[in-house]
Amino acid sequence: MIKAVMVMNTQGKSRLAKFYEYLSVEKQQELIRGVFSVLCSRAENVSNFIDAESIFGLDSRLVYKHFATLYFVFVFDSSENELAVLDLIQDVLPSVFVETLDKCFQNVCELDIVFNYSKIHTILDEMVFGGQVVETSSSEIVKAVEEISKLEAASNAISLIPKSASGWRSR
Amino acid sequence: MGSQGGFYQSKEFLDLVKSIGEARSKAEEDRIVLNEIETLKRRISEPDIPKRKMKEYIIRLVYIEMLGHDASFGYIHAVKMTHDDSLLVKRTGYLAVTLFLNEDHDLIILIVNTIQKDLKSDNYLVVCAALNAVCKLINEETIPAVLPQVMELLAHPKEAVRKKAIMALHRFYQKSPSSVSHLVSNFRKRLCDNDPGVMGATLCPLFELIARDVNSYKDLVISFVSILKQVAERRLSKAYDYHQMPAPFIQIKLLKILALLGSGDKQASENMYTVVGDIFRKCDSSSNIGNAVLYECICCVSSIYPNPKLLESAADVISRFLKSDSHNLKYMGIDALGRLIKISPEIAEQHQLAVIDCLEDPDDTLKRKTFELLYKMTKSINVEVIVDRMIDYMISISDNHYKTEIASRCVELAEQFAPSNQWFIQTMNRVFEHAGDLVNIKVAHNLMRLIAEGFGEDDDNADSKLRSSAVESYLRILGEPKLPSVFLQVICWVLGEYGTADRMFSASDITGKLCDVAEAYSNDETVKAYATTALMKIYAFEIAARRKVDMLPECQSLMEELLASHSTDLQQRAYELQAVIGLDAHAVECIMPSDASCEDIEVDRDLSFLNDYIQEAIEKGAQPYIPESERSGMLNISNFRNQDHHEASSHGLRFEAYELPKPALQSRIPQALIASTEIVPVPEPMYPRESYQTTMPSIPSDAGSAELKLRLEGVQKKWGRPTYTPATSTSNSTSQKTVNGTSQGDGASTVSSMRETYDSRKLQVEVSHEKQKLAASLFGGSSKTEKRPATGHKAAKASSHMVENSHVLKSSMEVASDKATPAQQPPDLLDLGEATATSTALQLDPFKQLEGLLDTTEVASAVNGAPAASISPDIMALYADTAAGIRNKNDPDLLSGLSNPSVTNMPGTTAMPQVTQSSSKGPNPKDSLEKDALVRQMGVNPSSQNPNLFKDLLG
Repeated sequence: MIKAVMVMNTQGKSRLAKFYEYLSVEKQQELIRGVFSVLCSRAENVSNFIDAESIFGLDSRLVYKHFATLYFVFVFDSSENELAVLDLIQDVLPSVFVETLDKCFQNVCELDIVFNYSKIHTILDEMVFGGQVVETSSSEIVKAVEEISKLEAASNAISLIPKSASGWRSR
Repeated sequence: MGSQGGFYQSKEFLDLVKSIGEARSKAEEDRIVLNEIETLKRRISEPDIPKRKMKEYIIRLVYIEMLGHDASFGYIHAVKMTHDDSLLVKRTGYLAVTLFLNEDHDLIILIVNTIQKDLKSDNYLVVCAALNAVCKLINEETIPAVLPQVMELLAHPKEAVRKKAIMALHRFYQKSPSSVSHLVSNFRKRLCDNDPGVMGATLCPLFELIARDVNSYKDLVISFVSILKQVAERRLSKAYDYHQMPAPFIQIKLLKILALLGSGDKQASENMYTVVGDIFRKCDSSSNIGNAVLYECICCVSSIYPNPKLLESAADVISRFLKSDSHNLKYMGIDALGRLIKISPEIAEQHQLAVIDCLEDPDDTLKRKTFELLYKMTKSINVEVIVDRMIDYMISISDNHYKTEIASRCVELAEQFAPSNQWFIQTMNRVFEHAGDLVNIKVAHNLMRLIAEGFGEDDDNADSKLRSSAVESYLRILGEPKLPSVFLQVICWVLGEYGTADRMFSASDITGKLCDVAEAYSNDETVKAYATTALMKIYAFEIAARRKVDMLPECQSLMEELLASHSTDLQQRAYELQAVIGLDAHAVECIMPSDASCEDIEVDRDLSFLNDYIQEAIEKGAQPYIPESERSGMLNISNFRNQDHHEASSHGLRFEAYELPKPALQSRIPQALIASTEIVPVPEPMYPRESYQTTMPSIPSDAGSAELKLRLEGVQKKWGRPTYTPATSTSNSTSQKTVNGTSQGDGASTVSSMRETYDSRKLQVEVSHEKQKLAASLFGGSSKTEKRPATGHKAAKASSHMVENSHVLKSSMEVASDKATPAQQPPDLLDLGEATATSTALQLDPFKQLEGLLDTTEVASAVNGAPAASISPDIMALYADTAAGIRNKNDPDLLSGLSNPSVTNMPGTTAMPQVTQSSSKGPNPKDSLEKDALVRQMGVNPSSQNPNLFKDLLG
């Protein structure tokens, strides 16, 4: 299963952290720091896999991908395939971002992630559910996310205003 | 950014993110975040916040917590948001609570009700959000509250919901298998779901279920195979294609499942062969995901009942991986090789250079994976090279976790495959020096025992050589500034026991060093204790040898310090030392016999010397002793605490009167006593530890030897002999048999073929470049005895002259057991052998001797295998002698390149016991090690040593 998904920039600031097992905030930070210290010591043109047992305990591997100023990191155990997970990061994540985001972003950059924080979570929730990869087709994910955002926007428009207005009046 | 729909975020949030992003230092970032927390705390508790604002606050809280700051003040607001009717707000609320809370958090109770309601919602997005929360927030106690709803959702019209319901059920199973065990059959049902996505999701829980209990799912093999077949044949809709691969993630999961189901099950495996073979053929190896599927196929093939054709395909893919430029593929290749090597070891041969490349790659991950592979393929032949490499790498890294792992692997390999005790000690020294504090203390005890016991054969000379070389190396190592405590303990013990044994070093040398140790590591009491006991031994041996004992001034001051030590143990030792020094030679001899650490100390467990006393007491009317086991009526008492407990209870429950002493009982007493020791094994395991800490110092006699003896009882008897000797004896006997079979007509062929093996090896090495040096020692070394064909193969590549030979080699490999091959080479090799030798006449002599010997061995091997093993070293020793003889008389060109290595390499060639090896290496073990290294170098680039030979062979 997938243990954690992280996105951090090349300075070690985390941009997204999702742990599929509960961990305290301190522990999360410790792990993020641990991962970053390993990542930043990696040379260019080496493999994308790291043995993460010293950070995450037994049976944990780490796959990362370096895009622009960001590291995308997946931590998982032996029930996943490294190359396949790499593909998830490599193709699904950025293509989802690129395809679904405003066309004004030509390529994936740090801002994308930062400014669409809750959207990334939605995308990840569509992809990884309870630590298992459930959807891998980027078009399916895009479709689902679009649908969600459309519905949310609709519900926003309909329900938000009257509700808040009625709340206002009742006070 | 206007078109972001529901994901709208305010300017404030953007500003926050931006300012954090631009923060120069951690302090600045913290200041910004703390500021933000203050703002949020204030704002979030204001009344009547518009929902949109509230939603944004919550997102900001999530962001802050991700940065490592406490946002718990806002948790309750996130919980409240989940109650909201608006989808957008509700989803944000669920997102926040899944990130903030864990399943045991107090606030969960406030959410469960909402989740229950939302699971029944008409809006599938609400249901999905609730299911998401279910995965993260429901614990064992709350599972029943939501289980019925989740079960209903398994039949939801939307496939996205069915998928998530499956995963939620899976999650329940992970958290509490018992609470959903009756629902496990649902996973099987969902496997037949119309939607491939749902079916794919079902594979996750099934994989886990099958991993736990393979046998109950054997019936699904056919289904899985047919699903995999359909997927591979592109029966799914195009929507599931991914990089032109049909549903690769589903294929991967299915292959993983098949690997589990087919493991060790021939019948199940046979169902899979076709489909796996198809995937091997169809898979697109140019894309990443295609390779992922291929890799999974290899894993599957190496797990299920082996099929030669599939293994071949797997080997092809592995070689493609290893030849790739991508580090990722190389990594997968090495990993796959490690899996396949268990089934077909010979596959490693063709990839030796690739493996060496990976070993020297700057990529740490790849390197570690390669070490893992080497660890798996270590044999007694290549252990030296591999462990050497491992230690070098261990020294170079700073990651303690991995250092520990690799150190323990080195130790394990060294213990299992050590070619000689000498090498073992040297290796252990290096491991201890660099990772001493990371290895298990048992390893140190093992090393001490090895040095004390020596070869375990009646070769006192070799033993003492081993010891003096150990002493010598330790004295040298003591010069290093900082040594690990464990290593120092070993050093002190060895110096105390054997420091003066060979009179190479005087007692004052050794005691001086020991005092230095005690002083330099004055805060390590264990080391000090070892040093003190070592000092006592040295002085005792001096006294026993009736030499005058001069205590060094620093030693005296050390003793004075220890006599007043806070540690009673150290004090005790110091007093003992003082007492021993005051005794006469005879008494000291009895107390501290020299080199007696391995002598058994007879412990009279029956306490028979008390019998008279007991008899007397019983006659006077005393109650006989009844063992505790009989008293409590329980035999399997496992520890003292238990025992105490039983004792107490038996006190409480005994109502009957004490028996009167009867004369009839008297005869039973000794029996009872004996029985007590036999029946109650309980206290025995406790003795060693106890006596180590307390008894040992309090009984000055035999303190030193008792110390070692007792502690060693707990040490695993893992090293060397038990694993090594059987292999040796079998290999010897086989090689002898074949020798008898093939070479009775021409005894010379054996020797010349051996020579030939060596030559071919040299050839292989000479042709390729420097890296083959290592390859040869890693793989070629092993091929010498066990992987014959590869050497032959290489040789064939190296020289066209060798083609015939290598062919023969291969065929002989196929026919006969691998180890026997050197002897099985046909006589035509003799020509080559003779070509290399300048004088046949000279060679004849040794052959005749060998022939003579062969008769003996024939008889011996006919009797049984064991004597053969003991005789065979003699042949080899003799051969070594004869080879040395040749060296003396032969052309000087040849001698350095050929004879010398053949002397030392030979034991390796025929898997000789280490005894022969070291005895043929020369008197000084250290010298022999150096020579060994030299020989290895020479074996690698011998072209400079004897160009004539190669001219002959290569034309």
